[in-house]
Amino acid sequence: MDFTFTPEQEALREQAREFLAANPEPSWGQLAELGWTGVSVAEEQGGAGLTFVEEAVLFEELGRTLYRGPYFSTIALTLPALPDELRAEVAAGTTSWTLALGPLVPDLDTADRVAVVGGDGIYELENAEREVLTTSDESRSLGVVRGGETGRRLADATVLGEIEARSLTALSLEACGVARRALEYAIEYASTREQFGKRIGVYQAVSHPLADAYTRLELSRSLALWAAWCVATGDPQTPLAAGAAKASAAESAVAVCETSIQVLGGIGFTWEHELHRLYKRALGIESFGASGTRLRAELAAALLDEKSEQVPAPAPAPVPVEQGG
Amino acid sequence: MDLRDTPEEAAFRSELRSWLEENVPQELRGHRGGAARFDGPAMRAWSRALYDAGYAGLTWPEEYGGGGAPYTHQAIFLEEMARAEAPPHVGVIGLGMAGPTIMAHGTEDHKARYLAPILSAEEIWCQGFSEPEAGSDLAGVRTSSRLEDGHFVVDGQKVWSSFAHLADWCILLTRSDPGSTRHAGLTYLIVDMHAPGVDVRPLTQITGEAEFNEIFFTGVRVPTDNLLGEVGGGWQVAMTTLLHERGTLGFALQAALEVQVRKLISLARDRGADQLQRDRIAREWIEMQAVRFTNYRSLSALMKTGLPGPEGSISKLVWSEANQRITKLALEILGPDAALADGNAPYGGYWQYQQLRSRGNTIEAGTSEVLRSIIAERILGLPKSR
Repeated sequence: MDFTFTPEQEALREQAREFLAANPEPSWGQLAELGWTGVSVAEEQGGAGLTFVEEAVLFEELGRTLYRGPYFSTIALTLPALPDELRAEVAAGTTSWTLALGPLVPDLDTADRVAVVGGDGIYELENAEREVLTTSDESRSLGVVRGGETGRRLADATVLGEIEARSLTALSLEACGVARRALEYAIEYASTREQFGKRIGVYQAVSHPLADAYTRLELSRSLALWAAWCVATGDPQTPLAAGAAKASAAESAVAVCETSIQVLGGIGFTWEHELHRLYKRALGIESFGASGTRLRAELAAALLDEKSEQVPAPAPAPVPVEQGG
Repeated sequence: MDLRDTPEEAAFRSELRSWLEENVPQELRGHRGGAARFDGPAMRAWSRALYDAGYAGLTWPEEYGGGGAPYTHQAIFLEEMARAEAPPHVGVIGLGMAGPTIMAHGTEDHKARYLAPILSAEEIWCQGFSEPEAGSDLAGVRTSSRLEDGHFVVDGQKVWSSFAHLADWCILLTRSDPGSTRHAGLTYLIVDMHAPGVDVRPLTQITGEAEFNEIFFTGVRVPTDNLLGEVGGGWQVAMTTLLHERGTLGFALQAALEVQVRKLISLARDRGADQLQRDRIAREWIEMQAVRFTNYRSLSALMKTGLPGPEGSISKLVWSEANQRITKLALEILGPDAALADGNAPYGGYWQYQQLRSRGNTIEAGTSEVLRSIIAERILGLPKSR
């Protein structure tokens, strides 16, 4: 059992952090030059032949910087549906995609091509009218497609399970990146801002909610990384892990942002400070795709309604916690 | 990153699982928890069986009779123990706290004398740290020790001491310099619980059981050989003990949480749960997985760097609050039957007992308030409040 990143994965995170700090609004071509669009594309198609764990590192960092562009819609939503030669185009940076899974489609303003779910498969949608809508979260666009013709069949519907898992997990990882940045703002502020003659981080009314925010974030991040590993290896627990991660991480990111806004006081409530943009992304992640309520209902059905190995016959037994003195 | 067992870990797990299937005594599986299950010969025999099979002190060095195994084996051991609903080794304080402290600060004579009987459950240990005036603020310790013709003479009172009524030895934090305050002037002693002047009085808790004790020391003579560390250097030794208390706790708590969530699911399948309760059950399952994988992250960091990751320190805080929510949810699912107790209650009163007992979880082994301050100051680096 090893739940650490390799030195190469750590180096990728460092590269991403530095690059995104210097280039907060990178183009699709820039991401392709870095090799990010082909991370999990096979080497024969010009990719790096790596896994979703490496992509997980990038989703976390892209979330942290509120990256605006078609990375999520191409890599998390559409890539599993693409045939080899179209994957090669993604890796090369010549094409980006989005997938209309529901009525609100992400990244319609930046994605080159649009895919749709038909009855039995996923198809390219050609010549459709795109309308980008006004959204609270300005760092991820949502829009609607109208009309158009169904073009090439890209994949059959069996790939939808993988798309759902990648999407939920990528959103969880973005949420962790968002929450980390918000928490950093709050810690920095609580460590420097003085009131009543002391730095406000001294007061437990401030520090304990921050400890809770950190705790929520770390718990959610553990779930998101578990889900990422499941997606990367095709583990049978993938749907459970991805659902648990999204339900937890979206809620945590919202809560961490709210704590941080409170800690920053009036500053945290201003348009000028970045916190509200992080908060709006967190809220956007929470509302995108399956909600926490729905994911927990699905989980409860799996735990409570079916014959499951999780559940042995009821038998009261000791709980091994004996401490004190 | 690979969350599967290595072939070697898988072999260890599979061997342990079969051993547990064959060896956990049926009468010890059925207990609702609490102190009483540690009394009597069955628990000693079970602990001895764990020792004989090589499962006591898995991560202790082989030279002290341990297994010399990596921490991952300890994690697997606790997971499998929970899966089999097996009771722990009776030497909870000895294995988790006294033993590691003796290994870190004891002389070769101490190690030779005390370590092996901890593993074999021939000797039980208790911890004498907290006092009526020194709870979360341990530096307020007043129990005194003074040197007198080749002995320390100990007078004072300790409280909240688990296992003291069974214990042969006590790791005791005393104030040896009467003029000292706070962290200075403290001395850490190994005290014979059978010595004249040691009086153990059980403390009955809100569960009606006496799991903790008060210990009164009146002119107790302790040989100077029983000093751990330096005279006046007791604080550093005590910090080693507490580091191990919280360090080894994570996986035991995760295992406890897994048992509790499994039982909650069984209960809901048995008695039915409404939509809102189902949502809360799913939340607790998610929380349990989150604690598990947070512990895995911490453990992996420990294996690679020798230092546990900071994530590990949140396990106890999260577990204690989860256990309080889970047990209360269980009572809610029981409905009016939740008012019944013991033999008249469903499942032998398991949930009623567990719910009351869970109120202690956010107090014992570091209150939630202390743990939040530790996270704020040591992990987040916020300015110190004291």
